[in-house]
Amino acid sequence: MANSIIKATSVVKSFGDVHAVRGISFDVQAGEIFAFLGPNGAGKSTTISMLTTMLRPTSGELFLNGHNVASEQDAARKSFGIVFQDPALEEELTAYENMQIHGVLYGISRSEQKSRIEDLLKLVDLWERKDSYVKTFSGGMRRRLEIARGLLHHPKILFLDEPTLGLDTQTRNLLWEYVQKLRDTEGMTIFFTTHYLDEAEEVADRIAIIDHGKIIATGTTPQLTKQTDTKTLEAAYLKLTGKTVRDETSLSNNGLNVRTARRNQRLR
Amino acid sequence: MDVIYILWLRQMKRYVRSRSRVIGAIGQPILFLLALGYGVGSVYKKAGEGNYLQFLVPGIIIQTILFSGVFWGIQILFDKRFGFLKEMLVAPVSRLRILLGNAAGGATISLFQGIFVLIVSVALGFRPDNWALLPLSLIIMLTLSLALTSFGAGLASIVEDFQGFQGINNFLIFPLFFLSGSLYPLTNVPTFLRIMSECNPLSYCVDALRYSMIHTHHFSLALDSAVIAATLVVCVGFAVNRFNRIQA
Repeated sequence: MANSIIKATSVVKSFGDVHAVRGISFDVQAGEIFAFLGPNGAGKSTTISMLTTMLRPTSGELFLNGHNVASEQDAARKSFGIVFQDPALEEELTAYENMQIHGVLYGISRSEQKSRIEDLLKLVDLWERKDSYVKTFSGGMRRRLEIARGLLHHPKILFLDEPTLGLDTQTRNLLWEYVQKLRDTEGMTIFFTTHYLDEAEEVADRIAIIDHGKIIATGTTPQLTKQTDTKTLEAAYLKLTGKTVRDETSLSNNGLNVRTARRNQRLR
Repeated sequence: MDVIYILWLRQMKRYVRSRSRVIGAIGQPILFLLALGYGVGSVYKKAGEGNYLQFLVPGIIIQTILFSGVFWGIQILFDKRFGFLKEMLVAPVSRLRILLGNAAGGATISLFQGIFVLIVSVALGFRPDNWALLPLSLIIMLTLSLALTSFGAGLASIVEDFQGFQGINNFLIFPLFFLSGSLYPLTNVPTFLRIMSECNPLSYCVDALRYSMIHTHHFSLALDSAVIAATLVVCVGFAVNRFNRIQA
């Protein structure tokens, strides 16, 4: 497809006998807000780790902004910013210093850094606290700082892994407002995961649902509700993935825990 | 280079901003100096070996660098746990540069702590034989700092959590220290102890440092230099190899 800014082709990821991702393909158009949904243990985090170059696919190809994630790693990395589910900030440094490190890691010139850091910190309302240590920040403030940081190198794609988890309603609202503004004014592509399907229904242009390592549905909310004969995205989702509670264990793998498999692989 | 500098700077800032860490790290070596230097000092003199404080100080400096280096190398473990590692891994920067930046920071801190203990020793009465050889001492200390910080970084990718770190400290680091001739001369020890000490790279580092400070040595200088150089290469290689394998 002409404008695919994120493209996955038959991506497989196995950790020994554990098949976390079993051949998924999807593509995201530039300027889309794309929701990637799935139960625990479905292969969501594994897919995001592969997209963000932290894990290498066992087979298949992933492209970010036209760059192959395996063979053009650095070019792919410059194309995206990410806000992780667990904070990845240096607590004993100030907000400004955290931004600076990011600037250096992404090769932004000193002068550019200065102006961009100021603009972004003002955008997320943290300029007044630029010289405070991050360890003094609340969860919402940290998330806002991470968003500012993720945008510093003006990426084309922003990955958000459960961005509103644990946030108060005002901050959640603010966050989605920024995100939509980014898409509207900069044409940024947003790829996010969430367990809050009401939010996904509200903001996402298109959705993909992954389960047991395979994509079981893609489309807009109207398409998915029509397909499942339901009224909301949440109802459609539950119909497609079932009502059994999952614990991080992929049931189709004889209960082998993907997280443990990943940890074991790290030691090799 | 900017990348290595900014990661080095980050380590320095973290160190300077944490007063308890600064004091805690120096506490143990100084305690050893006082307790052993003054406590055992008179017994040592009576045994005809001379001034124990003079003998002990190079060993205590090595101790400082050993524990400090491994601790700061293992900081990467904290980064893994508390997330900052991901920020570094996802950036368009080679793993090698990330490792070098972090290791340089840790090594600088260990070296600094070693120098601080040296200053305290001088205040307690220690006198190097030849002040002009001080740069040589510093080079030995720097080399060891780099090696041990790298070693710590390598260990961090093997150890999963802080309990593992305690285990490593107790079963690897402490024995390395106690079997290095830091606290007692290796001249008249029983064979098994002597053999273990001779297999310990740290013994050669202590020997070299002791030579640069008080002109006594147990092994030949050539051997010391060779072992120190080899240790540095192996430790850095170990760190690079392990670090490249990290898949967050």
